[in-house]
This record gives sequence, C-alpha cells and structure tokens, in this order.
Amino acid sequence: MPTSFIQPEFKVKIDYDKCHKCGRCVQQCGWGVYNFNERPIPDDSKCRACHRCVTYCPAHCISIEKNQLAYRDNDNWSPAARKAVWRQAETGGVLLTSMGNPLPYTRIFDHLVLDACQVTNPSIDPLREPMELRTFIGHKPDSVGVEPDGNGGFRLAEGEGMKNNLMLDTPILFSPMSYGSVSLNVHKSLAMAAQRLGTFMNTGEGGLHADLFPYQDNVIVQVASGRFGVSPDYLSRGAAIEIKIGQGAKPGIGGHLPGEKINKEVSSTRMIPQGTDAISPAPHHDIYSIEDLRQLIYALKEASGYKPVGVKIAAVHNVAAIASGIVRAGADYVYLDGFKGGTGAAPQVIRDHIGIPIEIAIAAVDQRLRDEGIRNWASVIAAGSIRSSADVAKAIALGADAVAIGSASLMALGCHLCQSCHTGSCSWGITTQKPELTRRIDPEWGAEQLTNLVHAWSHELQEILGALGVNAIESLRGSRERLRSIGLDEQMNKVLGVKPAGM
Amino acid sequence: MPREMAPGVTEGYIKVAPKVTRDGDKVTIDSAGVYYKQLNEAIRSQIADGAKHIVLENVNGQRYIGTGVKAKDVKINVHGTAGNDLTMFMDGPTVEVFGAAQDGVGNTMNAGKVIIHGDAGDVLGYGMRGGKVYVKGDVGYRVGIHMKAYENLVPIMVCGGKARDFFGEYMAGGMLVLLGMNTQFAEQPLVGSFVGAGMHGGVIYIRGTVESWQCGKEVGVTEADEADMAELKPILADYCECQGMDLAEVLSEPFIKLKPFSHRPYGKMYAPM
Amino acid sequence: MTTERPRYAEEASYKIHGGCGLMGICDESGKLMSGEDAILAMAVQHDRGNGLGGGFAGYGIYPEFPDHFAFHMMYHDIQAKEEVEALFDQYFLVDLAEPMPTRPVKGITDAPLLWRYFLNPYPSKLEESELSAEDYVVKAVMNINSSVDGAFVASSGKNMGVFKGVGYPEEIGHYFRLEEYEGNTWTGHNRFPTNTPGWWGGAHPFALLDWTIVHNGEISSYGINSRYLEQFGYKCTLGTDTEVAAYLFDLLLRRHKLPMELACKALASPLWDEIDRMPEAEQAVMRSLRSVYGPGMLNGPFAIVLGFNGGMVALNDRIKLRPLVAARKGSILMVASEESAIRAVIAEPDSVWMPKAGEPTIARVKGMDWPIHGDLHLDPSEISCAVTGTERSCDTVEVTA
Repeated sequence: MPTSFIQPEFKVKIDYDKCHKCGRCVQQCGWGVYNFNERPIPDDSKCRACHRCVTYCPAHCISIEKNQLAYRDNDNWSPAARKAVWRQAETGGVLLTSMGNPLPYTRIFDHLVLDACQVTNPSIDPLREPMELRTFIGHKPDSVGVEPDGNGGFRLAEGEGMKNNLMLDTPILFSPMSYGSVSLNVHKSLAMAAQRLGTFMNTGEGGLHADLFPYQDNVIVQVASGRFGVSPDYLSRGAAIEIKIGQGAKPGIGGHLPGEKINKEVSSTRMIPQGTDAISPAPHHDIYSIEDLRQLIYALKEASGYKPVGVKIAAVHNVAAIASGIVRAGADYVYLDGFKGGTGAAPQVIRDHIGIPIEIAIAAVDQRLRDEGIRNWASVIAAGSIRSSADVAKAIALGADAVAIGSASLMALGCHLCQSCHTGSCSWGITTQKPELTRRIDPEWGAEQLTNLVHAWSHELQEILGALGVNAIESLRGSRERLRSIGLDEQMNKVLGVKPAGM
Repeated sequence: MPREMAPGVTEGYIKVAPKVTRDGDKVTIDSAGVYYKQLNEAIRSQIADGAKHIVLENVNGQRYIGTGVKAKDVKINVHGTAGNDLTMFMDGPTVEVFGAAQDGVGNTMNAGKVIIHGDAGDVLGYGMRGGKVYVKGDVGYRVGIHMKAYENLVPIMVCGGKARDFFGEYMAGGMLVLLGMNTQFAEQPLVGSFVGAGMHGGVIYIRGTVESWQCGKEVGVTEADEADMAELKPILADYCECQGMDLAEVLSEPFIKLKPFSHRPYGKMYAPM
Repeated sequence: MTTERPRYAEEASYKIHGGCGLMGICDESGKLMSGEDAILAMAVQHDRGNGLGGGFAGYGIYPEFPDHFAFHMMYHDIQAKEEVEALFDQYFLVDLAEPMPTRPVKGITDAPLLWRYFLNPYPSKLEESELSAEDYVVKAVMNINSSVDGAFVASSGKNMGVFKGVGYPEEIGHYFRLEEYEGNTWTGHNRFPTNTPGWWGGAHPFALLDWTIVHNGEISSYGINSRYLEQFGYKCTLGTDTEVAAYLFDLLLRRHKLPMELACKALASPLWDEIDRMPEAEQAVMRSLRSVYGPGMLNGPFAIVLGFNGGMVALNDRIKLRPLVAARKGSILMVASEESAIRAVIAEPDSVWMPKAGEPTIARVKGMDWPIHGDLHLDPSEISCAVTGTERSCDTVEVTA
C-alpha cells in the first residue's frame, strides 16, 4: 500500500550551479524540507511554499514551483477535492488549516468602485490641505446638551457629551491574535506599532504578557470563552475590553491551542499550567442568550471602571439582528469578522463554508442600526480580509467606523500565506513558540514594518478622500452614494445599498 | 444657456459699449453698469489704439479686467471694486486699484504690476509666474497658492494686512511677504493655519512671528538675516512708495523667513511597484 | 383623483449638482428695505447663475397681515387651485386671497398660476386638532404638497414670502414686482444647476414656515448627510444640498435645541488640530459635537444663508471653498458671494470683511424672538413630506384632510 495518494503540492528547484552550499536553506526552513549532504537535498512533500528559504538564499538559486502533475480533467472533482478525500480516508480526521478562506467566492470589494470630484465640486489636495482620519470608537449620544458658560460661550450640560471612546489617528486597528497563536515578538511588534500609529492592537484571547504593559494604553484586551489570563489587573490595563463571541474563519467553533505551545511564558500569560491544552469552548457558558451578553458587558464595565466594551462576532446570516441586539445590550462597538478572516487553526470545512462576506455584513448592520435609530450608540469595526487601503475606504463607505487588519499585518512581518499556522513551525517566526524561530522577528523591526504599512494605507486613504472632495473620514463613513458597483446583480446592489455604475 | 435679459429688468450690468473719453494717450472709461465683456473690449481696443493710461471710473465687480492683456508701458487705474480674475494671465501692464479686489487676482500672471489700495479676496496670485502684486490691506484664503518662478521670471507679492489659512500653499517659487499692518482684524492672528503647506520653492517673509503649528510641515522658520533683509528692502521700498507707506515703520519690526526644507518634499512618500 | 397634472414635486433618485450666487441683507433695527436692493445685489452676480433658477425671500413684507400665515402658492392649473382652496375653506379662515402681483417679463415663460393667501386656522378646528398653530399649518402644507397634484406651497410663514421661479433672479424679482415690497430681511439666490429641472418649485429659496435657505456650493458629503437624516425620519427626496442643509438645521436647532453658534460649528466643524488647541471645556464641547454630529457635517464647498423672522445666518464651509463677503453699515448687515453685490446696494459701508471659514455671521432683528419656528413639534418625516410633498417622502406619513 502507498503511504499516501497525495503527491507533493510544490517542487523545490535548486540551481546547483549557483548554489554556495552554505546550508542556509537547511537552517531557515521550519518544516524540515532540506537535508544537507554536500549540498541541500529538498523533500518536496514537506514544502509549504512559505519562501523563507527563497528569501534567505544568498545565491538566489532556489525556486518553488507548483507540482504540475496532471489530473484527469473534472471540473466537479478538483484536485483539491480529491486530495481532501484521500487525506481523510488516510487519517479519519477533520481537515485542519489556517489563515483565511481561499475559495473563489465573489470578492465584493473588487466589484465596488469609488467616486471622484470633477468640476461641480473640487477635489482636495491631500498633501497640503488637512485630511483628517481621526476616528472615535465607542458609544456616542444622539445629541449634545449644552448650557451657557457665563462668558458668552457654551459648556456641556451635566452628564452630556461623548464619554469613554477610543481615539484612533487612523481608522485601522490590528486584529485580535492571541499570544500563543502568535509569538511574543509578534505581540510586541503590534503593540509598539499601535502606540506609534495612535491606534490599537488587540490581545486576542491569550492574555497580556508583562512585556506589553508599557503599551497598554494602545491595547484592547479580549475576553473569550476560555477566559485565559482574564483578571482584574488584565481588565484594568486594557484601553478597552472586547468580548469575543466568534471569529470569521470559524464561526460557532471554539479554539484549541495544543499543550506543546503552552511554554512557560504562554503559561504565565494565560494563567494555565505549562503543557496543558488551552481549550476555548465554542460558546461562552455564561452567554446563552442576548440578555446574558448584556450581563457580561456590564460586569466588565463594572470591573473596569466603565471602559468601552466591544463585542466581536463572526458575520453570519442574521448578522444585522444580532448586531442590533449587541448594541442594545450596551456594547460600545461591534466587531464584525467576515468569512475571509484569518485564523491560527480551523477546520477547513468551517473556514471555507460558514459565514458571509464582510462587505455584506457591514452593509446590513449599518443599515439596520440606522433603521432602528441606534447607529450612534456603537461603532462598527469591520475585519475579515481587508487587503488594501481601497478595501478600507470601501468598508468605511459601506458604513464601518474602522477596520481591523490581521492577515495583512502578519504579512508585514513576513507571512506568505502558506496556511500552515496550525503546525506551529512557522519559518517566519510568526505563528510559532519555538525559540529558534520566534527570535527571527525583532520587535523593533516588526514595529517599523507595521508602522510603514499603516502609514502607507493612511496616506492612500487621504488620497482617496481628496479625490472624493472631503477632508474628514466621517464624511466618507456610510456615504454609499460615493460607491458604485460593477457586475453585481440587482439584489446584491440592494443589500449593499449601492447603485450600479452609470446610475 | 445664456440669453438676453428681458427689458425693464433691474440689471447689474448692461451690454453696451461704455462711454470713453480720450485725451492724448490717456483714456477715461465710465464703467458704471457696463457688462464686463464690453468694458474689456473697450480697454483692449484703446490699448491697440495706442492708449498708455486707462482710467476706469465706477467699476463694481466687472470680471477679467486686465485679463490676458499683453502690453508694455500701459497703466490701468481701477476706481471701485475690481471683479473676479483681475489681471489673470496678464503680461506687462500696471494695474492700480483704488478700492478692493475680489477673488482670483493675478491668477497665472506672467508680468506686470498690480497695486491694490484696499483688501483682496481668496486665491490671490494662484500659479503666478512673474510680476508684482502689492495689496495694502487684508487678504483671504490661499494667497500666493502655487506661485512659481521660471528662469528670469520671479513673482513677488506683498500683502500689507493679515492673511487667512493656506498662505503660500504649494509655493514653488518667488517671494511672498506679509506685513500684518493695515488690518481691520486687530484681534486676529497675523496669519491662519497651514502657512506654506506643501511649499517646495521660493521664500515667504513675515513681519512678526508665527507659531510652529501654523506652518506646514514642509517649511523651516528662521529669523531673516542681513542678507535676507538686503533682498527684501528694495521690494519693501517699492511697495511703500506704491502704497504711500513709511519704509522705516515697516522695517521697525523684525521679519521671519520661511523656506522649504526640500524641493521634493514627497520624495519618500511614494514607493514604485 | 384622475389627472395628468404633475405632482409639482420632484423626486431625484440621483444627486443634483449645481453652483450659484447668493445674498442676504438684514436691518437689525427692523427698518424696512425695498426688494429692489435684493434684486440689484443678485443682478450684479448675474454670471454666477445660468437662468435656470432665481428667487428671493423677504421678511416683514406683509405689515398689514403680521399675524397671518402667508401662503405663496404655485398651481399648475385652475383645478389644482380649486382643490387647494376647498382645503383652505375647510381648515382656515382666509382673510385675503389674491393673485400674486406680477408683471409680464420677456424670458419668463411657463409660469404656474401664482396666488397668495393670508389665513389662520379655524379656532375650533385648531382646538380639535390639539396641535399648535405651526404644526397645524405644516400639516396643511404637507397635505397640499403630497395630495393635490399640480399644487405646491412656496412658503407658508408669517409676515414673509418666497418669490422664486425659473429665470435669472433679476427677471424673477422684476416679474414678482419686488420693488413694491419692503422687508427687514431679504435673501436672494441665483442658480446654476448642472441639470435642467425647469421646475419653479425647485428654485431657491427652499422654505418651511418662515424658514428659508439659499445655498451656493456642492456638499461632497451628501451621501452620508442624507443617510444620517433618514435615521431621524427625514426623507431627502429632492436630491439637493439645500434640502439636506434645511433638515440638518431643523434637527440641530429645533429637535436637539443646540444654540445657533454650535449648530453651525457642528455643520462646519473646526479641524481636530484646532479643537486640540482649545481650552478644556470648549474642547469637550467640540469633541462631542464633532463626534456625535460627524455624519451631519457638511463637507465640501458651500456658502449658506439661512433666513427667518428675526434675522439671518450666513455660514461657509470649514476650509473656505466658496466665496462669502460681509459688510456692515450702521444697523444693516449684508452678505453676498461677491463684494460688488454689496457695494451695488450699500454705497459706503462702514466695514467690509470676509467671514472666517466655518464661523457664522449672524444678524438679529432687534426685539424679535429667535430661533424661529415658534411652536413646531412635528416629526421629521412630516417635515420632509411638508417640504417636498413627494411620494417617497410621504409614504409613511398619514395625511388627513
């Protein structure tokens, strides 16, 4: 019997004429692709196409190619579908994967285009004129009550005005990614970058390591069903608290960080013993209904001196009604995670087939909150495959207050989307706890990469606003009039609240 | 779809040729209620006829006076409020306004001199490439925007009052001076925000000081030194003569100088793919 | 009702673009000025429009009927007039009904039938309705605009009126014989629409009761402004910036009770840098205003003059992308898109200046209460329906007649 029907996905090609025989590829590969016997000998079956070896080869003599093995044509049974069957027949297991849904669903963002000013109103020069991206995340009252201040001016009347909002210099946050699923150096990079950018990183559900305390004013701390690392101290350190109900990549599914990833540092941060599995239950067992969510929201507010409390949910069919319930339950923001959002590990069937696109979720939620007259009560953060500043602008025009980026931020640190986070052997040192790999990320360098990325996107957002003839992000926010669709059907246009191009 | 006005209607301007009185090479035109097109036709035909000094009486808001006029040794006096786009594209003449000017003076002007004995509006000297604009009083938003110099063309603008936001925005060349002296806004700051925002050439002199938050991130502020003042003095002397002001008083306060850090301020902002 | 008459209200499923010129003049002492001045100020700004819309609002113009609601009506035909007059007879005591005094002006064509009525609610019916007089009147306006095809209420305030139509403003002013009126406050508008609705009711000023707006510019944030207003029940069916601005003022001043100064700051917010430099108490107000009303901020170039019984307010966008000049002579305050318009009316003003971006220029007539709108309590959806009378703005409003 063959050990497997599945043939390697990639071919590692080495131009031995150019090879220095230095062995760096052997040392760089986290997957153990290379053996060294006078020269590096690759085992194709282990290659994940992460390009670590390619990037670090001093002779530029390695290339990774697709294994062009021909399969008998069958549009129904793609090679991937066949491989999945073989893999499950061999193992009897649930197929595990990582990062975001790669299937060719309609990418709605790529069917939306933005407007620009011509003649009737001027575009604005974003480099010279003010172009404001400042964004407040949190509850806002419907109106502002003022009273005369006695000097001819006005002051806020007692109890009036906006309170306890997070102030962002740009409407881009870093998505929650737990320490455990990513390395401490990744967490540090994110925290330092958030501080420099005037935005926020999010601990994910794995607690807050002491090394991040200096950056705590730019950290949102998450409370998930596993309650890892949650303590009064933890709640008091965060700038805001986020209840994680679900994740776009795995709605309705809990988490499982294997014991081998629970080293001393992860253990102390999560406040669980070393080497035991860290299991997040699928639901919060104190939230079986919306009124329980309200109870937890207010418990967290009470415990934290009324910091903003947000709720993260996966975008699912009934997302608008759920979001409305969350807002009425007292959440300061709703974090919507679309079905293309990333994960450190998820069953493939869940990742690829559950949930709805973030674009639709934003549109449906924003409209519902407006219909109910409660849009000011909470902010909407959108995530789930925000790939560029264009996606940011379109998400905001659809109605998001801000976006969060996970996959893109990991890419800034070297991630090549090889979808192998769940192996714990990330060659880039991102989704691993192996010390020889985690040290590959210098937090200072990481923070600079992340800062560059968000700065670049922010500049591009300013360029877009300028073309639209507005100089503040709030004038694009929810302004679907500035979007048109191309190649979407009428029903979809209706759901998105956009007109087709030409109308 | 422009159409003729109905008879009997109160009109701002009437489309008839103005009354012209000629005395040698001096011409007086009564502009009262004359539509800009007929007024400017009269000005152009008088210049073509050899007029050297044109006096426009009773001007109120007529657009395009001096616009596109290319002539040397021609002087146009405007009595009243000059309309929009005064001296746009002008190449050579001297225009003196005894009154205020509206928006868009000296737009893309090539050469000549504009003396305004009152206030001037927004977007003053947009893209001005040469010549001089001397305003006695206050000026509006976006003054000196994208002034530029080219070879021997160096535009100079002096504003005697205070200025609003975006003073010297995108400035690429020439000299822009703000005195803050003849103002009706005693309580307001000398100049608004975003001074020299996007500036990448030329120089701004300001009599007095500005806070760093008022300035664009592209400019550096220093005290004007002796060499600067040597450059500035003849211009201020000419300005004072034109505006009937005392040079010594103008020079009695120190000036600051704003220069761009770089001629290419955005070199690092773009990353070629 | 079977008719081929137009609804006299116009829905736009798209954003209507346009540029313009405007003026406003107010004698704060309450002294009256001829409408001729307003015509002249607009005539000087002739080239700011294209002949497709002009109009004026005058205040204090009906001293013989100071306490009557003055309805300026546009009718497509006699049948529309009869239907409206039947409604008036049912709900109001009409003390005078007469054709608007006009004169033939070449170039002004296709004028609707123009009538005006000085009326007050029947006391018994008013009592029965349990509404304030203002609410009662706005309901009637809503009823006419939405249910009588071919009829449109151009204005309905006390001691004021809107005179508008398709043409250059000086032609419209001449047509309506404005030189025969005297008012303490006048506003005027010259329209340069980039489409051609050719609808008399669509000209400016835009009015509700005594409240009028003239506007120059293009609000680039229209999309979110209108969605924001929809949350409160307003329906923006005309597709114009003016409609949006009118509802925003109604929301901020009438419903949220903001002082005029702060309402203006919410609509033309200071930049964050500027807010950050303010003293703490002021900063707290501005931060809240900007965050709470951000979706209502009018972003993009505009100059607006809001007129009402008691004065006027002129406001510019926050980075000054549209022209606005102000002048004072004694108790008279005047604003216009161009200084020449001011000088055409006021030969030697005491001062002429350019208002700062985002800072309102306010004139208050001595001895008159404001703000405005007296005793109005209606829902935004009813306000929208009253103002526009279109199918879309009225579909959820129950109109009883």
